[in-house]
Amino acid sequence: MSIICYVECAGSTIKKSSLECASFASQVASKLGVRAYAIVIANTDNAQLEMLGNYGIAEVLHIDDAQMLPMARASAIYDASKSINANIVIFPKSVSVDGFASRLAVKMKANMVSNVCELPITDGTFTVKRSLYTGKAFAITELKSENKVLVVKKNAVQPIVTQDKASVKKISFQPQETDTALKVTEVVKSSGDLLLTEAEIVVSGGRGMKGPENWHLIENLAKALGAATGCSKPVSDMDWRPHHEHVGQTGVKVSPNIYIAVGISGAIQHLAGVNTSKCIVVINKDPEAPFFKAADYGIVGDAFEILPKLTDAAKKILT
Amino acid sequence: MKILVCITHVPDTTSKISFVENDTKFNTSGVQYIIGPYDEYALSRAIELRDMAGGTVTVINVGSADAEVTIRKALAIGADDAVRVNADPADAYFVALQISEYAKNENFDLILMGRESIDFNGNMVHGMVGEMLGLPSLSPIMKLDIQGSTATMWKEIEGGKEVVTLNMPLVAGCQEPIAEWKLPNMKGIMSARTKPLKVIEPVAVADAIVASKYELPAARSGVKMVDAATPEKLFELLKNEAKVL
Repeated sequence: MSIICYVECAGSTIKKSSLECASFASQVASKLGVRAYAIVIANTDNAQLEMLGNYGIAEVLHIDDAQMLPMARASAIYDASKSINANIVIFPKSVSVDGFASRLAVKMKANMVSNVCELPITDGTFTVKRSLYTGKAFAITELKSENKVLVVKKNAVQPIVTQDKASVKKISFQPQETDTALKVTEVVKSSGDLLLTEAEIVVSGGRGMKGPENWHLIENLAKALGAATGCSKPVSDMDWRPHHEHVGQTGVKVSPNIYIAVGISGAIQHLAGVNTSKCIVVINKDPEAPFFKAADYGIVGDAFEILPKLTDAAKKILT
Repeated sequence: MKILVCITHVPDTTSKISFVENDTKFNTSGVQYIIGPYDEYALSRAIELRDMAGGTVTVINVGSADAEVTIRKALAIGADDAVRVNADPADAYFVALQISEYAKNENFDLILMGRESIDFNGNMVHGMVGEMLGLPSLSPIMKLDIQGSTATMWKEIEGGKEVVTLNMPLVAGCQEPIAEWKLPNMKGIMSARTKPLKVIEPVAVADAIVASKYELPAARSGVKMVDAATPEKLFELLKNEAKVL
């Protein structure tokens, strides 16, 4: 028996959420007294791969193929997990993982749960806590099957960091025809932007920003704070901002350290996407905005005056 | 073209979530049920594709008789016929297996559903159905066009999208802006009453995942206001009091 976690890279750098997930996997492995592996399917260097040892991974299996298609990834992870006799596979939650991880659960005949938000209880049972109803509730669930697939949310565990290095083994994988039927003809990416789901701070704007021409105020504050930018559903519906910035029940779900909402009234669908944030700040000119009830800090006032002041203050405090 | 749309019967997005019987059961009292919003995007696009290219749209739901209101709504919006697998949707694997068992002899060109249900948010059923049927599966899909036997799609990726092509048959998890939701008109509502709704019995699954207990998130302790004249005070509080900066 062993545990393997899937590690994602952004370019050649391992994503922070994957480092957290590696630590989650190695902490589960040490609870169960088994070896922790990682699988990386990306173009990256040995220094990055060995660094997974800092997060408790003993051995990294590396497939040097950043272009591998999602379905092929499920098959590659299946083959790798068989080769090391892994019965638990752990994924970091991401839009990419959500597209293929469940195929692996069928291959492995595994119980699978997503949105796991704490280390499992391993008292003879294997019991997990996961969020559901878009963060409005949690469920405690025992996984009874021998094989298990877990998809872990951001901030599910405090990473334990050491100086250890992981050993690295290069492996190769030849996908089946059915896994490669898909052709990617174009990739459209807004370059340089910090990913919403990875950011420690998110600044979001709503209809109160009055129009896309005012978004520099949001972007300037975000830049000063090293934050990602988001928006409410009406804002993406009106095409002020692209859909992948829409935060909420039917958009991106985020759980940063600080979520700053500017000119967003706080509809329950928006709150569902942000309520696992550690600290919520609401800026709104309407003191009755429902969002204040779900916030930790609030400022009642005109965003067009407050945002530049905050941006200046952020530059001072963070330099 | 033959399209299957898998729909969930879930609490409205504005529902207050609570539990009964020692936090072991969802409290359905006062809860309005709807077609899962992502599923409704899939359904809307399926109807548009059928209207353009001809064919049929069948909806399937794994659920108890309570879900028939939601299934009839899907028929009123424009699906041609419906299937209900008569069982509680225990977990994603159970639901995926019921859908696959039904679909395996029906030769659907497209099997569409939402990227996730809004109750359990698993993002799992599309991949599982694909794997069970030996079909490719993709999610989340934001745009879907068909030319001949080839589907061209926009697939969301972190910070952007990919344009992908794939031959049918295929399985896709959908999300906005793949189509606009459609409101049922009077003719649709009238005809929905008589459209075929077949009820079939489930196949058994061992070891379904069942929640032993539910919990609600801890409430926030209350909002602390910062004067709009001195907004920079916010950062002192975030740094020294909340210790998150």
